[in-house]
Amino acid sequence: MPAAPKPLSILVIDENRLRASIIEAGLREAGYDNLTVVHDVTGIARRISEIEPDVIVIDLENPNRDMLENMFQLSRAVKRPIAMFVDRSDSASIEAAVDAGVSAYVVDGLKQDRVKPILDMAISRFNAFSRMARELDEARSELENRKLVDRAKGILMATRGLSEPQAYALLRKTAMNQNRKISEIAESLITAAGLLAPPEEES
Amino acid sequence: MADTHQITAGFMPLLDSATLIAAKEKGFADAEGVDLTLVRETSWANIRDRLAVGHFQVAHMLAPMPIACNLGLTPLAVPTIVPMALGLGGNAITVSNALWAEMSAVGATADFNPATAGRALKDVVRRRMVGSKPSLRFAVVHPYSGHNYELRYWLAACGINPVRDIEIIIVPPPLMLDALASGTIDGYCVGEPWNTAAALLGRGHIATVKAALWRSSPEKVLGAGARWANENPDALSALLRALCKASQWCGDIRNRDDLAEIIAEKTYLAKPIDWLLPALRGGLPAGSGEIVSVADFFVPFAKAATFPWKSHALWFYSQMVRWGQAIHGAEHTRLARETYRPDLYRAALKPLGVALPVANAKVEGALTAETPVGSSGASLTLGPDGFFDGGLFDPDRLDDYIERQKV
Repeated sequence: MPAAPKPLSILVIDENRLRASIIEAGLREAGYDNLTVVHDVTGIARRISEIEPDVIVIDLENPNRDMLENMFQLSRAVKRPIAMFVDRSDSASIEAAVDAGVSAYVVDGLKQDRVKPILDMAISRFNAFSRMARELDEARSELENRKLVDRAKGILMATRGLSEPQAYALLRKTAMNQNRKISEIAESLITAAGLLAPPEEES
Repeated sequence: MADTHQITAGFMPLLDSATLIAAKEKGFADAEGVDLTLVRETSWANIRDRLAVGHFQVAHMLAPMPIACNLGLTPLAVPTIVPMALGLGGNAITVSNALWAEMSAVGATADFNPATAGRALKDVVRRRMVGSKPSLRFAVVHPYSGHNYELRYWLAACGINPVRDIEIIIVPPPLMLDALASGTIDGYCVGEPWNTAAALLGRGHIATVKAALWRSSPEKVLGAGARWANENPDALSALLRALCKASQWCGDIRNRDDLAEIIAEKTYLAKPIDWLLPALRGGLPAGSGEIVSVADFFVPFAKAATFPWKSHALWFYSQMVRWGQAIHGAEHTRLARETYRPDLYRAALKPLGVALPVANAKVEGALTAETPVGSSGASLTLGPDGFFDGGLFDPDRLDDYIERQKV
């Protein structure tokens, strides 16, 4: 019986520590223990020669991809040639990876079925991270919007003597009439109030 | 009005993405019915990958990149064509203050003269060898770039072996300044604004410029996915017309302050206008206070600057062979030559009445003065276009050139 293949050595390069840890956790859960995570590419050539990775996963935002690719092709630090991850014919995987914002390189000759699960894991973790970041952004802007509306209500209450529900109803009605978001109306109102306010005394 | 063409173009935040930016911001794309979306990228690898998977239909590319794609030299490459160039010149070679001090002690002068700077550098390199000091390290932005080839051409022509006497590494443009200041590298060849920036910030000294190494030489191009271009000839034509008008606008000196302001914006280069104006005005800060004026430093439109000359494609190919990146052969020569598509350029721009060269290729380096050449549409003058060492590249004698250039 042939011996079980040596566990693959994986190097993850990602300057985003949070995302890197999410990918790391995913790969470890899937049983990939021979894993190194690098946040900073300084001295990467030496690290690669020490680690001898079979697979390198890198995020597309990293400006050092050109340097790394050149190193994979030329450098003496890399003992075995490293090519782009997936089989060139597997365009669905390539698209999914680029869509997710991740790229990967493997040593030549590694069978695709051994590499595919790693790529799939990286893609799903990258997507999960983007989703999380997007939700965080939305939550943040939601909070910002609420603050804007509160300030606009305050201005209306002070200048027009409205109650809070009346002030809110006026903002909402204006937004509906103009087919704009209530937060946009609030922002315009705050800007206008700022312009109309008496100038602050110069000290 | 016919249907609007939706086109997404990737670009790197460099001065020579100006034509693409102006096409969008000054309404030239709109006027041709092109809804142009520009996406800023962080690496040339991303540009290549996103062109390959269809996120981009076209992109701002290093001129040799599409050739490398078609020769199968890069990972994840799809057939890519060059229907238009994005100007001539625009690069410079900057060295650290320490290296400049060594070079000026042995005769380098702050006038960007490549021959004297190269002689001085050779002297420095030799002294370091005798003193058993580590060899100098230079950086370029990409292995398949005009930067890499012009740096090596300069070194080789000055008697410095770029493989044996010096180390050349890859560093992304925005990291060049730090690498120079920290002593990780001793010099670099890069596009603007990264040379001006080094000089203005006192981090380095410009040794020479692309326009002095090879005047009117090719740099960036518009790369287009071959399949998309084939299936969408009208969209491509419309885009080429928009880019041609945009390049004409960029090349008009009356627009240069306006242009600098637009490309400096946050969504584009996000850099101070002061870093951009020197290259646009053709006078660069050398690094010790003086401004050196450079003829044709960056040419967006004049002298058929957007024409995809097959002789440019073949020169880049000759350098790939020279530095061991590609193996010379008839099939590779054909692939390199056919990457550039002057036929598409002419067909698209004919209605504009702009100058269209009659020839597809020319002898590079042959013109010592501005020379009228055969064209349709408007009249056209080319040149001067000399290599600093007097070299000539005749695309019809490619084998010869490759043989003579062996290091």
